[in-house]
Amino acid sequence: MNKIKLLYRLGVILTAALAAALVGAMVLTAIGASPIATYTTIFTGPFADKYGITEVLVRAIPLILVGLGIAISFRSGILNIGAEGQILMGILASTAMALAFPGAPKVILLPLMFMAGALGGAFWGGIAGFLRAKLGVNEILSTVMLNYIAAQFYTYLLRGPMIDSNELLTGSGTPQSMRLPKAAWLDRIVPETRLHAGLILALVLAFCVYSLLWRTTWGYRLRAAGAEAKAARYAGVHVERSLITAMLLAGGFAGLAGAVEVSGVHHRAIEGISSGYGFSGIVVALFGGLHPAGIVPAAVFFGVLLVGADMTQRSAGVPANMILVLQGVVILAIVSAKMYINNAYALERFARFFRRSGTAKIPRSVKTGGQP
Amino acid sequence: MQAASEPIQELKLVGICKRFPGILACDNVSLEVKRGEVLALVGENGAGKSTLMNILAGLYQPDSGTISLNGEAVHFKTPNAAFAHGIGMVHQNFMLVPNLTVVENVALGSKNLHRFMNLDLNGARRRIKEISEHHELPVNPDAYIWQLSVGEQQRVELVKTLCFGAQLLILDEPTSALTPQETDDLLARLKRMTAELSIIFISHKLNEVKALSDRVTILRHGAVVFNGTTADHTPAELAALMTGHEVTLPRNESHDQSTEVILSVKALRARGDRGNLALDGLDLELRAGEVLGLAGVSGNGQRELADVLAGLRPVESGTIHFQGKNLTNHSPRRMIEAGLGYIPEDRHHEGIVPSFSVQDNLVLKDYASPKFSFSCFLKLGEIERNAESLRECFDIRCSSTSVATGSLSGGNIQKVILAREIARCPKALVAVYPTRGVDMGAQEFIHTQLLARRKEGVGVLLISEELEEIMNLSDRIAVIYKGRILKVLPAAIATREQLGLLMAGVVNE
Repeated sequence: MNKIKLLYRLGVILTAALAAALVGAMVLTAIGASPIATYTTIFTGPFADKYGITEVLVRAIPLILVGLGIAISFRSGILNIGAEGQILMGILASTAMALAFPGAPKVILLPLMFMAGALGGAFWGGIAGFLRAKLGVNEILSTVMLNYIAAQFYTYLLRGPMIDSNELLTGSGTPQSMRLPKAAWLDRIVPETRLHAGLILALVLAFCVYSLLWRTTWGYRLRAAGAEAKAARYAGVHVERSLITAMLLAGGFAGLAGAVEVSGVHHRAIEGISSGYGFSGIVVALFGGLHPAGIVPAAVFFGVLLVGADMTQRSAGVPANMILVLQGVVILAIVSAKMYINNAYALERFARFFRRSGTAKIPRSVKTGGQP
Repeated sequence: MQAASEPIQELKLVGICKRFPGILACDNVSLEVKRGEVLALVGENGAGKSTLMNILAGLYQPDSGTISLNGEAVHFKTPNAAFAHGIGMVHQNFMLVPNLTVVENVALGSKNLHRFMNLDLNGARRRIKEISEHHELPVNPDAYIWQLSVGEQQRVELVKTLCFGAQLLILDEPTSALTPQETDDLLARLKRMTAELSIIFISHKLNEVKALSDRVTILRHGAVVFNGTTADHTPAELAALMTGHEVTLPRNESHDQSTEVILSVKALRARGDRGNLALDGLDLELRAGEVLGLAGVSGNGQRELADVLAGLRPVESGTIHFQGKNLTNHSPRRMIEAGLGYIPEDRHHEGIVPSFSVQDNLVLKDYASPKFSFSCFLKLGEIERNAESLRECFDIRCSSTSVATGSLSGGNIQKVILAREIARCPKALVAVYPTRGVDMGAQEFIHTQLLARRKEGVGVLLISEELEEIMNLSDRIAVIYKGRILKVLPAAIATREQLGLLMAGVVNE
């Protein structure tokens, strides 16, 4: 049976991958690009050298952090679509913190910055959590709206109160904050690349989130409230409180992702830092089965797609937007395949079919009565 | 779909097999029903009755075997195909959309009410009125399903199926939510209806099977083990055939009265989901070491009373005293900590978290107690040990305690809930419909457990619609009607007829 199961899963994955590749190839051919060259670049390009590999991980860091927060909120029964806005609030808060204490030593400034980032995100997420818990406001609605507000607020601050004074002096007016003091920079862990210590932080936090959700009474309460609110309430769990907690945590993780991105990569708040991590993070989390052990590899996989997309644009001449289409196709195929892999009925049918054609020679009419 | 097809003279199922992952649900099952006949289909939970009937109703496709109507082979690809041939099923788990009204639910399945961009709700309302008056099944066509009690939903299901013009009625445990009078009534009405209809009647209740059916087919582990004329066999014989061994449900024989009041409810008023006054000045006293049976037709405030006692529904006025302390309007957590055990009506969504493992569900109320946690960390080993020992004591049948609880059978889910509530050593236990839809083996076990708690001095409030159950287990019986206790009688002197009248609101003095 286990052999058949393995065969079945392998079959499903291969079929899905093939289907995705085929659809992608059709699209690529339609715009006159070579599918083979494009695929080769996406999936081998990022692994060709040190730069490629570290870049993949650089992209994976914020995705892991956002994904962890999303996993907490979804597991707790609240669909947080607002990571994008929460990241922005995290960036603003952490940047402001770093700029407020330019003389502080690294050991103090970095934790302060991350705490500020997490609090900024948590505040933004907490609003949605509070509205849901106290007033029953749909969290999808509120988080999406909060994204808009955060985006405008971010732009306003970067163009106004927080703009780099040098930009005003030179008159170029690029919307960006002042450069952070060196003490606010995360260390690079591989020299001559952008890979920073945020990776370690993300991995440690992945373990922490696993422990929180599955090893503590806190996590038990959150998961119970998320899985079946009625039963949780019956068992004495304060479901509303747990929703707020979940949103604070989810927002905190998104905010932290923003802070880490500023401190590790950009060293100042600029426009377009997030570049959609808030939304990709949701896909990463769902893709990883809302479990840290799945989220980390899923984030790396997404990192490959993102870096691969950049490379294709340069080497194969396929526009980066095209790669987004390919990403969509790949993700749809994998998610569909996952549904099929877990479908016990389909597996059973496959097994029976396999056994029938394997042992063969059983006339159709005799198979009534069910073979053992 | 109003009875478009020709009358069903004979329905035959031959060699039906249906396999689900890991089990053979129907193993070469054959049965037949003639016009005007009532066939009782009897068997324990998981015997394959529902699967077989779902095949007949077009919800499942058989892996092999044939269905023939009036000698002609038919193939029901969808429920609509079965309806079109006049086969209508009332399911055990109601097939109603909770956030639609009764009319909308009926209209949902009636193709001929759907016109271009327009749904003839008035037509549906007329038809419901007709049917419900003809068969004396009172329903409020404009009520939302979620507002209705389980008993009322059952009636809606019946009316709906009749509205579709069913000629062969499949009833999956239809009496589980009715009073004895209503049950007798329903049985009599069904008997009359056999002039125009054939009926397949699924039940565990052998006295009803005796009363209604002409023939009986017994399923065990998916296969037919018996097929015969009802009149030739006693209920005890049928029970033995059904379970494979003799079953005797335990009885509460000693009616010695303790006097220590453990839970006292005074002039309680609380609102139901519709904002109606569901509890209207209810008084009740539960003593330590007694089983107090609360009899009543569902929808008379039982659900609200249980909710209020568990701290899940606000009290408008009145008081709840538990062990002398006023616990009116306290949180669920406070009620749990005070020592109130609660077996809820909705075992699938309230009693357990279905996606959680059996282990996790067994500590649903105690995960944060020092026994199962250290500061904020769960003691996973202890939780697992706890589950293993409870699984043993309570005979919870599962392949492992780490499987999702929602995947267990209803009887086993109930045992998980019972195990958890009893292991907490409650001072009082509120059990709402504890044996609804569970098989005889599990029922016997649950009854034994409740009586054992009584012996230990726990006050048990047994809310049930099964008079058998209430009369077998109780020391005293209270009858609830329209949110009040109509009367409390010692179980020793209560009779079925008397209780039935009280449940219908008739005080005969």
